[in-house]
Amino acid sequence: MSKAVLELRNVNKSFGPIDVLHDISLKVRAGEVLCLLGDNGAGKSTLIKTLAGVHKPTSGQMLMDGEPVTFERPRDAADRGIATVHQFGGTFPLMSVGRSFFVGMEPTKGIGPFKVFDRDKANAVAVRAVQEFGITRITDGDRLIGGLSGGERQSLAIARALHFGARVLILDEPTAALGVKQASHVLRVVMEARKRGIAVIFITHQVTHAMAVGDHFAVLIRGALAAEFARGEKSREEITDLMAGGEALANLGADVEAYMASHAGHPPPPQH
Amino acid sequence: MSSDINPASSGISGALTGLFRRPEVGAFMGMVLVFAFFSYFGADRNFLTPFGTSSWVNAASTIGIIAIPIGFLMIAGELDISIGAVVPAAKMTMAIVCGFYGQSIFVGLLATFAIAGMIGWINGTIVVRTKVPSLIVTLATLFSVSGLTLFLSLMLTDTTSQALTSPDWAKALFGSYHFWGFQSSVFWWLGLSAVLYYVLHLSPWGNWIFALGGDKESARNAGIPIDRLKIGLFMLASMAAALSGVCETVLSNSATTTTNFALIFNTIIAVVVGGVLLTGGFGTVAGVFFGTATLAIVQQGIGYTPFDRNLSSLIIGVMLLIAVLMNDSFRIMATNWSSKKK
Repeated sequence: MSKAVLELRNVNKSFGPIDVLHDISLKVRAGEVLCLLGDNGAGKSTLIKTLAGVHKPTSGQMLMDGEPVTFERPRDAADRGIATVHQFGGTFPLMSVGRSFFVGMEPTKGIGPFKVFDRDKANAVAVRAVQEFGITRITDGDRLIGGLSGGERQSLAIARALHFGARVLILDEPTAALGVKQASHVLRVVMEARKRGIAVIFITHQVTHAMAVGDHFAVLIRGALAAEFARGEKSREEITDLMAGGEALANLGADVEAYMASHAGHPPPPQH
Repeated sequence: MSSDINPASSGISGALTGLFRRPEVGAFMGMVLVFAFFSYFGADRNFLTPFGTSSWVNAASTIGIIAIPIGFLMIAGELDISIGAVVPAAKMTMAIVCGFYGQSIFVGLLATFAIAGMIGWINGTIVVRTKVPSLIVTLATLFSVSGLTLFLSLMLTDTTSQALTSPDWAKALFGSYHFWGFQSSVFWWLGLSAVLYYVLHLSPWGNWIFALGGDKESARNAGIPIDRLKIGLFMLASMAAALSGVCETVLSNSATTTTNFALIFNTIIAVVVGGVLLTGGFGTVAGVFFGTATLAIVQQGIGYTPFDRNLSSLIIGVMLLIAVLMNDSFRIMATNWSSKKK
């Protein structure tokens, strides 16, 4: 096994008296997809933000290529090749494909102080980068981001991250807001990224999507790692049950029906 | 693979796409429409003569110098209404330093732009640090600056208006009538438009401004110094207001402390009629340029027609509403338009 690109060792994070992450140890290797599963409020967002340098761990270590690293700000993480793509792609709806692709790193032409944004080059590079991921519908770099589908935006954001040298790609619920077909586009892009040797951390609560691309799985419950397993070790039902905090979701339907039958059609009160 | 790349849109669908992506086309058509209207009703009353033309172009220039930087701020998702007080503050500074204390024009300009820059810096810094909406922050500075201008003018000179006599070179540069009766500020307006066109549409900074207004967090993550950029835009707006004030003062040889509330609305109308989205993230320099011209044609042109002067505000009100609705539907169309429907 190759060395882990990014590793967390016993990372804790608390905001004041509230413990959000508890003793998290994780590894992700090059060319591997680590799926981070968890229900809402399980601490997924905090974990991502810690990886991306937004938060600093309260205790514990982060290592890249085996060396300890600390990120003071998101820029530090970005400089080390950690890129985060958020649910809506983090793109600008009213900017063109070419312009948004190069935000912050605009290619220029011209001399001296009269540098001009190189639109043709930006458009060509952006379109080529996204087409290499199989999104062939984007052919015009002048098209506005807002005119792309959700899946195309995600794919563009991922292509952008990889174009600028990301080694670790953190995908925050990339398929959550997408339809079945769009989601499969994004999953294909994830597989392409893995093939290129990128370490991917894929955050989701959709087990089907996780199982389609994941090599390793980690389930997060109330800020702690509840389970860690490799591809094929657990079934879909087992994973779903784990995410729900160990309660068997399979029995939920039967329980609710029984309750409703005996309570004049009212659903049961939620249990904690 | 690369053969699929379609560098320039082609054919009718391409032309249509291009049109939808260009809000200045709408602003330009609005201007042509308004110009045709006033030409028709004002032709026999000198609207089309050099005198008639310069009257609206001159009015446009004093608004336009400020409107483009305000447009930049709106694209970046902010607003600045303190310019209504910065203009009289700049005028009084100029008149007091040069007229009252008899300093050279150069010293006056230095003091004026330093003060304006500082007001912009304060606006920007408060907005960036506190996250208070810029409308409220600049409302506060509008009143603070206007109060301070009045107080300091009375304290230093014991009067609220001040005369200023400028040397010939300063007159020619900032405030005299050139051919056809065009004021010097017209040339500043044209020059500033050209420079700011370069900044917004050609230079990499323009991309930063669009990104800032489109999605602040993503812009920050992409490594854009968003706080510095925002403060810079507020300073640009204040200093543009100062330039407009300097031109007016040198032209009229006098300054008063009166806060220019109408100017605040005029700049916002010009920007919105020019196709800049109220929600930020989109707009063009050419659009704001045409929007300013449209506004000035209506405000000045009404005097050359048989219609009642007061109707100009009605026309502007209706025009503004149409523009806002058009901008919004433009935004929806632009974001849903795909050049190849499959």
